[in-house]
Amino acid sequence: MRTIVNIFHQLGRWGEPVIEGIIRLCGISAIIFVFGIFFFVFREGMGFFFGGLDIVEFLTSPEWYPTSVSNKRYGVLALIAGTFSVTVLAMFLAVPFGLGAAIFVSEFCGPKLKETLKIVIELLAAIPSVVWGFIGLTVMNALIIDLFNVPIGLTMLNGGIILALMSVPIIVSIGEDALKAVPDSYREAAEALGATRWQVVYRVLLPTAKNGLLAAVLLGVGRAVGETMAVLMTTGHAVKMPTSPFDSVRTLTATIAAELGEAAVGSDHYRVLFIIGVLLFSITFIVNFVTDLVIKGIREKA
Amino acid sequence: MATDINPAPTSPKIVSPELMFTATKHSRKRQLTENVARGVFFAMTLLMILPLILIVVYLFVKAAPILSLEFFFSNPAKGMRAGGIWAPLLGTIYIVIISLLVSAPIGVLAAVYLNEYARESWFTRIINLAVVNLAGVPSIVHALFGVGAFVYFARMGRSVLAASLTLAIMTLPVIIASTKEALGAVPMAFREACWNTGATRWQTIRGIVLPNSISGILTGVILQVSRAAGETAPIMFTGAVFFKAISEGDVFAYGLLDRFMALSMHLYQLSTQVPGVPEALEYGTAVVLLGAVLMVNALAIVLRVYLRSRQRW
Repeated sequence: MRTIVNIFHQLGRWGEPVIEGIIRLCGISAIIFVFGIFFFVFREGMGFFFGGLDIVEFLTSPEWYPTSVSNKRYGVLALIAGTFSVTVLAMFLAVPFGLGAAIFVSEFCGPKLKETLKIVIELLAAIPSVVWGFIGLTVMNALIIDLFNVPIGLTMLNGGIILALMSVPIIVSIGEDALKAVPDSYREAAEALGATRWQVVYRVLLPTAKNGLLAAVLLGVGRAVGETMAVLMTTGHAVKMPTSPFDSVRTLTATIAAELGEAAVGSDHYRVLFIIGVLLFSITFIVNFVTDLVIKGIREKA
Repeated sequence: MATDINPAPTSPKIVSPELMFTATKHSRKRQLTENVARGVFFAMTLLMILPLILIVVYLFVKAAPILSLEFFFSNPAKGMRAGGIWAPLLGTIYIVIISLLVSAPIGVLAAVYLNEYARESWFTRIINLAVVNLAGVPSIVHALFGVGAFVYFARMGRSVLAASLTLAIMTLPVIIASTKEALGAVPMAFREACWNTGATRWQTIRGIVLPNSISGILTGVILQVSRAAGETAPIMFTGAVFFKAISEGDVFAYGLLDRFMALSMHLYQLSTQVPGVPEALEYGTAVVLLGAVLMVNALAIVLRVYLRSRQRW
């Protein structure tokens, strides 16, 4: 018995630094992975990025003909416009509803209803994107054709609605956190002056929590920009500059998902898809960085 | 019972000032605004939630005729137009388990580092920023990373292993975030008491901090499972394939370096790539995937509520 204890003591002496080393390594794993993602994605696209790709044309031309035999064109402007338009449309729908629901859940409803609503919202946030895509493809498609009397329902509108439904739960839960972070003394002070609930919300909570609410919206934007399967399945497949919500569009993410399987490994087409990946990575990196700064701003004020 | 001789004094009714005094035009307007605001926000919440619940119910109704044990235990047949979901279901279970085995230890230890070892510094801020970013990277970029790093660079080919590792990295932030929260909830006094007995930092973590936060960690693990099961884009190019024949009922049918079918991928293929699939088959697949994810999440919620109720500090 004694020897066993001794062995454990010996192990402990050696084990502690070893296990601490492992913990530190895991601690920085997130940094390693983020750099790894950038490195490996860029590495695959590098050959074309430095050898042949016209960056100006890449970013400013709406002509995307990667598989044409005589006239290959790698312009992603139409795809950027697709991503941008679907995201804007989604936020146009999701932000008022999301923030409205956040205000209702946080300020207007009783504790029982609040718990229930929060659980429902959490469950809604868990629905996989491919199921959202399926809902867009079946239910929403039929609805749009019926309601607006248009030939195809797989349009920017469909993608925007689905993306809005997907990002609303995030906006609600982060927005509710932001409102919860406002100290109760603010509410009490306002109520003591005779303010109604709505006046408290409008005059006190919104100005105080505006950074947190902004962060909620930004996270929603990040999710909408990066969403792949749902937009792939719902927006139709037309690479063109969108002019109305009933146009089919194609986003950056959907392009990669749709074409990577067909592009020959190592070809220009294959590499340009990885460069689009780098572009997407950069966009979401910036959005996340700004969100982080906004959230940090809140913390420092508090 | 006899009539009350001494009726209990009724509690004084709380009357809003608007009713106690004659309502002025101004106060009536205020009350109206208040009611309108409440109504509008309630309507917004309902408008957001009700259609979704209706849609989910609709999916379940449409899928009802096909849901049977046979559906679960038979392979897709006749070019995906008949049969069940055995091969995709098993594939999903495989990648969920393997990705969990990879991401759970790394994620938990990363959270231990952030909560127990790291000091407030620029370096810690960078790590936190990296975690947030890892969560924010689009799933298709994770897929590209998986293709570049695992499929080609590490020469795993398109396989169960490559897809699971891609998923593991993608879902790491889920585990880190919830574990960090759980560790943060353990009172500092617990640690201090343990240090005072002469325990080292790691002994304290192993003996006091981890056991006291196991529930929160478990919640994170469960959420990771639900996330990994539902993802499609990261596995599309790293190992999931359109069709792979495996023997029905054999749970060890896939090898680590085999290509595989997955439920999410199967649903995508059925609904976009294969013409003439019977409706019930599509809805059935969607409902199994959705049902599994929702059940796993509900489990996490139940666990959280139960453990919160018996928390002792």
